[in-house]
Amino acid sequence: MKKSILSILSLLLVLGFVLVGCGKKEDDKQGASNNEGANNDAISIAMVTDTGGVDDKSFNQLAWEGLKAYGEENGLEKGDGGYDYLQSNTDADYVPNLNSLVRRDFDLIVATGFMLAEPIAEIADQKKDAKFVIIDSEVQKDNVASVMFKEQEASFLAGVAAALQTKTKKLGFVGGMESDVIERFETGFRAGVASVDPSIEVMINYTGSFGSPELGKAAANQMYTAGADIIFHASGGTGNGVFTEAVERKTADPNADVWVIGVDSDQYHLGKVNDDTNITLTSALKRIDVAINDVIKLTKEGNFPGGNTTTLGLAEDGVGLAETGGNLTAETLATVNEWKEKIVNGDLTVPGTYEELKSFEEQ
Amino acid sequence: MSKSLRNVLIPILAVILGLIVGAIIMLISGYSPILGYTALWNGIFGDLYTIGETIRQITPYLLAGLAVAFAFKTGLFNIGVEGQLIVGWFAAAYVGFSFELPMYLHIPLAILAAGLAGGLWAFVPGILKARLGVNEVVVTIMMNYIALHITNALIRAIAGKDTSERIHETASLRNTFFEEITDYSRLHNGIFLALIAVVVIWFILEKTTLGFELKAVGFNQDASKYAGMNVKKNIVISMVISGFLAGLAGATEALGTFEYVSTKGGMTGIGFDGIAVAILGANNPLGVIFGATLFGALKYGSLNMPNEAGIPEEMVSIIIAIIIFFVACGFIFQLFLDKLSKKKEVK
Repeated sequence: MKKSILSILSLLLVLGFVLVGCGKKEDDKQGASNNEGANNDAISIAMVTDTGGVDDKSFNQLAWEGLKAYGEENGLEKGDGGYDYLQSNTDADYVPNLNSLVRRDFDLIVATGFMLAEPIAEIADQKKDAKFVIIDSEVQKDNVASVMFKEQEASFLAGVAAALQTKTKKLGFVGGMESDVIERFETGFRAGVASVDPSIEVMINYTGSFGSPELGKAAANQMYTAGADIIFHASGGTGNGVFTEAVERKTADPNADVWVIGVDSDQYHLGKVNDDTNITLTSALKRIDVAINDVIKLTKEGNFPGGNTTTLGLAEDGVGLAETGGNLTAETLATVNEWKEKIVNGDLTVPGTYEELKSFEEQ
Repeated sequence: MSKSLRNVLIPILAVILGLIVGAIIMLISGYSPILGYTALWNGIFGDLYTIGETIRQITPYLLAGLAVAFAFKTGLFNIGVEGQLIVGWFAAAYVGFSFELPMYLHIPLAILAAGLAGGLWAFVPGILKARLGVNEVVVTIMMNYIALHITNALIRAIAGKDTSERIHETASLRNTFFEEITDYSRLHNGIFLALIAVVVIWFILEKTTLGFELKAVGFNQDASKYAGMNVKKNIVISMVISGFLAGLAGATEALGTFEYVSTKGGMTGIGFDGIAVAILGANNPLGVIFGATLFGALKYGSLNMPNEAGIPEEMVSIIIAIIIFFVACGFIFQLFLDKLSKKKEVK
């Protein structure tokens, strides 16, 4: 019996060696043929996602689409010397992922999300020649460019729009994890609503997660049942559940008054019920793609904004309100634009923290 | 066939078969298994940096696996390692950044705080099980969520933002020698802590009366009671030690890998993987070394598959799961080998 086992084992071992042996050759070949036809001016760029993943239909995905668009415009290919992304499955993956990209010599390395601030700070000290961009957080290092957004300005406009179009005078806000960024979304939204009509009630629900659609669906269910007709979500992938709930309700009862306001990217496509109906009222846009393109442009010109923090708001077109589909009425849009002008001119400062919101409401 | 030969042969066969099935799946979906496995290999052993990071990844798995295995010896299923790890992480980091002490006091104090926090978190399900017979599986699962959200709230309350300040250097487990030889990998002294824990737990289980009693309770509670052992006390002790180990796993994250604690959107996964590690290691402290090494190496090495071979993340998860699946199914090979040997004997 020993013979038969030995023969099986040796067969497997041989197979293993063959696999490993071939591996070396293939590897060399691949290393030699990296992106030769690429545009010489173009810089290579790669990103590390946070744990939301690259297909979160929101923050990370938007950044990745920005990178992809840039790469395709400039004739780059996915991979070394072109554009690429690495996904982080746990918090422990940030540092090795960033390190892998540094070793692959990308000109610019983008980290999306405040969770990556500490890892970036650590790596930036070790790899002083690499250039990093951190989105949604500030890292004070000479080789790190920080990009922040005034999310409250976009969500303020969303609040104004929602307050103008609500019939039940009840609105909902679904948040992801409690954090500074989501706090800006919430306070801006509430300030916008209060500016139109302080008597409108805003129900708040933090799900504690950016990746749990089931929690988003439950939260939306609760709010719609309690009488809310418009829900604004700032919760990444969790928000997909808010859309699911709204679409289900609209499918069951075409006369139901349910709307969702999307976040980060234009989430119009998520609200599709059928060819004639869409329940996405609007989306609070956060133009991460624009921000990344700005940094790329500066870097190409030799002015990489290392050590600086760029804060993008309505005035810089870094945030905004989507108008796809025409679910916002003409009057609403006109009023929204009036408020927008006030913010851009500096006549109005939108509160970005709970404390600022308090003093804003007292005025 | 001798038993020891078989014990070595079965895991090897299982890993190889897992790799082959993984290769077939890559082929079917149009990716090169050769490139994929080269990337996996390079991700684990490629250079000193990846080796350092691989060992870094193995460290918390060792302690988490040990925690699960220890409770299991007493017949307890500690699903709460995850939560115990999270409170341990927080406790170690808190001691790390809020006290200023000399290193020889600071590190032990931070580690002890983590262990005690984890132990306390496991004490609750332990005492409920012992006194009221409440199923520890349900309680520990729920305690995970409590741990996650309480620590998130505490971090935001204390730090005012999503990430705490960094721990003082006097509390750090990092090791400049390791950093130098491994090109700044985050390999830290926690690996020694984990290995010491393995030896200590092995010693407790195999060489002490306490260990004998714990195992006896695991085998048969009624018999143990009849033999004059205090079953309730042993259940609580087992849970607390298990939680202490899970807390230590949190300490290695707080004081070594991260050097800070940040709010989390979900579980870390280390505690749950610890269950698989313990099962792979047949709930034996020394077996846990095997389980943690396999798990840690695959988990860390697989990060390199999208990086070097362009294989999508989802595909990588499937392949890694298949390899682990085959290893866990080791008993199938056992049956297969038994059948083979029987046939021969009949002839």
